[in-house]
Amino acid sequence: MTQTPGKSETRSGVNRREFLQGSGAAAAATALASSGQAFAQEAASSAVISGSTKISLQVNGADHEVTVEPRTTLLEVLRYQLDLTGAKPVSGDGSSGASTVLVDGKPVAASTTLAITTRGKPIQTVESLGEGGLDPVPAAFVEHDAQQCGFCTPGFVVAVRAFLNQNPNATEQQIREGLNGNICRCGTYANVIQAAISVVKGA
Amino acid sequence: MKAFEFAEGRSEAEILEFLSPQPGHTELLAGGTDLVGLMKKMIVTPDRVVSLMRVATMKQIAPQADGGIKIGAAVTLDDVLAHPYMADYPAVLQAIRGINSMQLQAQGTLGGEICQRPRCWYYRNGQCLLSVGTRLGGDTRNAAIFGNAGPAKYVCGSRIAPALIALGAQIRILGPTPRDEKLIELESFYRTPRHEQQRENVLEPNQLVTHVILPPARDVLSATYEVRHGEGPDYPLAAAAAALRVEGGVVREARIVLGQVAPTPWVSHEAAQALVGQPLDQAAAVAAGEAAVARATPLADNQYKVQMAKVAVKRSILLAAGYESGGF
Amino acid sequence: MVKAPYSWPSRENAKLLGTEQKRLDGAEKSIGKAKYTYDINLKDMLIAKALGSPHAHARIRGIDTAEASQVPGVVDVHVLRQADYEIHWQGDLIAVVAAESEGAAAEGVSKLKVDYEMLPVFVQDDNLEAAQAAERTRPGGGRAITEAEPGDNEDEDEFVELELNRLFDAAAVTLEGYYGIDAITHCCLEPHGSTVYWEGDKLIAYLSTQNVSGSDEGFAGDLQITADDVDVICDYIGGGFGSKFAPDYWGIAAAEISRKTGRPVKFMLDRDHELQDAGCRPSGYIKVKLGADENGVITVWDSHHWGTGGFQGGAVSQGVIPYVLEPKNYRRLATNIATNTGPARAWRAPNHPQGCSITHTAIDDLAAKMGKDSFDVFMANLPNASNGFADLYADQMNVAARLIDWKAKWHPHGKGEANGSIVEGLGMALHTWGGTANTSSCTVRIHPDGGVESFCGTQELGTGTRTACAILVAETLGLPIDAVKVNIGRSTYPFSGASGGSTTIGAISESHRRAAHDALWELSQRVAERLEVTPESLEAVDGRIRSNDAPDKSLSWKEACGLLGMQPLEVTANYRRGEESPLSSSNVGGVQMAHVAVDRETGVVKMKKYVLVQDMGLIVNRLTAASQIYGAAIMTIAYALFEQRIIDPQTGAFLNANMAEYKLPRLGDIGEIVVELYEPDDQRQRGVIGLGEPPVISGGAAISNAVANALGVRVPVLPLTPQRVLDALQQAGRV
Repeated sequence: MTQTPGKSETRSGVNRREFLQGSGAAAAATALASSGQAFAQEAASSAVISGSTKISLQVNGADHEVTVEPRTTLLEVLRYQLDLTGAKPVSGDGSSGASTVLVDGKPVAASTTLAITTRGKPIQTVESLGEGGLDPVPAAFVEHDAQQCGFCTPGFVVAVRAFLNQNPNATEQQIREGLNGNICRCGTYANVIQAAISVVKGA
Repeated sequence: MKAFEFAEGRSEAEILEFLSPQPGHTELLAGGTDLVGLMKKMIVTPDRVVSLMRVATMKQIAPQADGGIKIGAAVTLDDVLAHPYMADYPAVLQAIRGINSMQLQAQGTLGGEICQRPRCWYYRNGQCLLSVGTRLGGDTRNAAIFGNAGPAKYVCGSRIAPALIALGAQIRILGPTPRDEKLIELESFYRTPRHEQQRENVLEPNQLVTHVILPPARDVLSATYEVRHGEGPDYPLAAAAAALRVEGGVVREARIVLGQVAPTPWVSHEAAQALVGQPLDQAAAVAAGEAAVARATPLADNQYKVQMAKVAVKRSILLAAGYESGGF
Repeated sequence: MVKAPYSWPSRENAKLLGTEQKRLDGAEKSIGKAKYTYDINLKDMLIAKALGSPHAHARIRGIDTAEASQVPGVVDVHVLRQADYEIHWQGDLIAVVAAESEGAAAEGVSKLKVDYEMLPVFVQDDNLEAAQAAERTRPGGGRAITEAEPGDNEDEDEFVELELNRLFDAAAVTLEGYYGIDAITHCCLEPHGSTVYWEGDKLIAYLSTQNVSGSDEGFAGDLQITADDVDVICDYIGGGFGSKFAPDYWGIAAAEISRKTGRPVKFMLDRDHELQDAGCRPSGYIKVKLGADENGVITVWDSHHWGTGGFQGGAVSQGVIPYVLEPKNYRRLATNIATNTGPARAWRAPNHPQGCSITHTAIDDLAAKMGKDSFDVFMANLPNASNGFADLYADQMNVAARLIDWKAKWHPHGKGEANGSIVEGLGMALHTWGGTANTSSCTVRIHPDGGVESFCGTQELGTGTRTACAILVAETLGLPIDAVKVNIGRSTYPFSGASGGSTTIGAISESHRRAAHDALWELSQRVAERLEVTPESLEAVDGRIRSNDAPDKSLSWKEACGLLGMQPLEVTANYRRGEESPLSSSNVGGVQMAHVAVDRETGVVKMKKYVLVQDMGLIVNRLTAASQIYGAAIMTIAYALFEQRIIDPQTGAFLNANMAEYKLPRLGDIGEIVVELYEPDDQRQRGVIGLGEPPVISGGAAISNAVANALGVRVPVLPLTPQRVLDALQQAGRV
């Protein structure tokens, strides 16, 4: 994707470097900006952003223009603006794993990730695992009934997908040790273990 | 969350420009695993959040000339775990593995982990840090059993700091200007605040921790042992890290650091003294555990932590020595 | 087929019933396409967030909303509690802010200013003396049963006192014990809440509810409209466990804000409010003295228990003490304690987990004191089973013992071999539950093109209800499971009772079997006419309707439906709760055994193996039935080892009202779980019985007993946290 945050941010009312003007750090900033490489980078990134801003996010392989405030979490953007409601708000602080998505291929809590920090990074949500046929992980969740109410399930599916991406030959013991970032209240863990084992076995 | 400005620097110097000298005005954002939750609960309400996740120099793990290693504060924990240079520091790896959540390891950073705000449910429920709740007959089951004579009763949350301190880690602090650079022992980074104007570490609002530097440890035996209620990322009930230099089966140098028992990582000179000069065996480990807690000052509800701390010290030493811990 | 009575096919003839059928909605859930209430996004929707009281007991002097209203993005500030309102627990919602975004709503909430008059707080639910001193106790009832009758002129209480004393004196062994179980919350992962909008005077409410058919009235009453002007929709619910039967005052608030602003409103509780306000399970603590004969048969029981269900009292019912195994002589007394904590709601198997946890532990201690195998002592007491299930329990105990290898692995309490500081132990307990089918109606519509739909106002709680509906209709019509389109989760569909108390599977089995059967009977009239056979000779199997009298006479399902002409066939059938029926029944048993390992030095308990043997009459779907039992096992591990509501003793603040500190087990904590679906022919013949509650009851006691067996020391109060284990060992002088 082409990212021109400086341009779009200016258009949408961002006050670039406003804070520095009149502050004691301004001289230092000028000194810094005089070295060529640093200057080019700075021009693209060092805006101070406040209020609503249009940014582009790369979600499930497509660019999406969304409007965020600095405080807007990735989870809010996915759910309210892109209607990708697979990632769930449960704990708010990341401790349940229900909002797990992949950013740059890594499993992170969308609930504690500010949307604005994910510009330029590929974001993959659970919905992508249903595109073009069911991914083996959600398929195994169905096969082994690794879900009850299902509210934690999408986060768990992404976690298992990420875990098995890194550990394609995981043993049962490794599965039991490696998937502790997600909470299920209905109690589906036993079946999640079976589902993960079956994916490893290619069953 | 209160509305705030957002800035993202590409260099350490740029980050410093964005930081205000005024306490509470700016917050540094790394992985966000601690800060975003605190902002959501309006416990931390900065006017500006400065992300350091695009500072390339802070995202590297580099060998040092002396055989040590320099880890950027913005390196995520899973990257620390996976790095081949880390093999000499098993205590650090074990501490990171203890944060048993793939997500927290992928998202959280080393700098963020050691700078996380105190673990205190009064603080995290909106009371001030030197919480009256704990002082006036509150529930002290999670509170400190060392260093708790003053107003601070909470425990330092960092799970990696005990291992880092045991291994002699330093941190590089930068600011207020890019020329203000200093290396300090990680041990001296933490402090127990005496009043509400003090934070739990010595970092000024316009400074940042850029790197953690570990000395060479090829001939050091180290381990971390955490007493954990269950699996998952939940905080341990007590923990200890041991770093030992052993010659001919006898302990020559020892560093024992307890976690989750004091407002700072708690360096136990008593435990170290009990070990030095002794053969590295079960009896020495037991004696070190006893020594470590001999001067504990438990509060109304946390006597049990004394026992756990004692066992954690013993087991960290046994694990460092390559023995079975004898427990879970 | 016959018109009546209704019946189930035999095990051999059933094609779908009693097999393992994957969830029809499983893929949707797994890839995040299933839409829960929290996921409903409507155009111009406002997001609502609430201010909860920071104080556990206070009176509101005044509320200033001015600053909150000025926050950019805030559209409405809705005050729930006016001046003079008395707050009884921390987190009680005071005012709601509706805004354009979550951030703006939260910021608006932070700007609300409330002036409180502080009132005295009392929260010590485990401390009866303190509660009495604070005048926070209320009588919870009691009962005394003795084999001997008092004489005509004797004072009954005095007689009981003397009789119990006599029995204690005569007992071969007596035991005094203290046991307890802390309050826990429901902690639904999808918090309580709704997404609502108005179409003119009609309210459309997406509600996270266990009670779709009944919640239209729940909204209507408070909104001064009639239930026909409310449509409640719930396709998926992210957990309820007994706490989601009504719109609640926050649901009403959402509707009122939507009416005021003319915009859709989403109001889901924040996590802290979910834990503080939306339900908890009462605590229970007991002091008991019992006497037994030389075989361990309890002959006399005398107990007093107390606990809290919140500010209105309402602790564990005296009816579950002693639990199931009722000695011939007993006296029980209950005291309710009113605390400044959130109000209790039905929690999966109300009263039973507590009743079992604080009494079957005493039975195990009796075995320990007598130096007997706990298995034998439970077995000896089975004749006193209040439900008459002695034989059932005996058989289930033997099944469970075989699965956990009891005979080989059991050792006298505290006498096992230690591996380092690790000791292991076994424990057991048993339970009962009713599970009577709820009232339910179902409409089955058969289209002339062969399409089949069912309509029912029930709900899918995660138990596989949607799939069960399809199994029931498809089995009855001789069709594959995917031939049936199941429609549930709308209050506009035929009424079906709330899903609570293990009443749903029986309810929908009744209504769906009946409706499909009646529809097939009607269709069979036309088929019989066409095939020139009697309708009684017809049966629907493998996608055909065929005659048993003339094997060559049959129609495909599609051909048969073609006989309907232009109009679909629509049949509605009802079942009314309590009606005698061959299709469903009530009352189950169940035995659970646990194998644990305990680290004596740290107090950490780990599950090694957990066996659950459970009867449930006739099983509809073996796959989801087993899942529900696995789930109960893990919820049990949660309350036995991890979760507890921790309240600040001074302020009444709920200290761990977040997912990080409200500890629940993780995937690595569960050990090996073995589920035995107990369905011998005599059980299957009883018809369908609900399964939700029973398997979550006896595991707490079983796990506690296993820990006691490992340590030789009782850790009296659940959850068995490492702290409590160490404290118990210390008190026993074993550290």
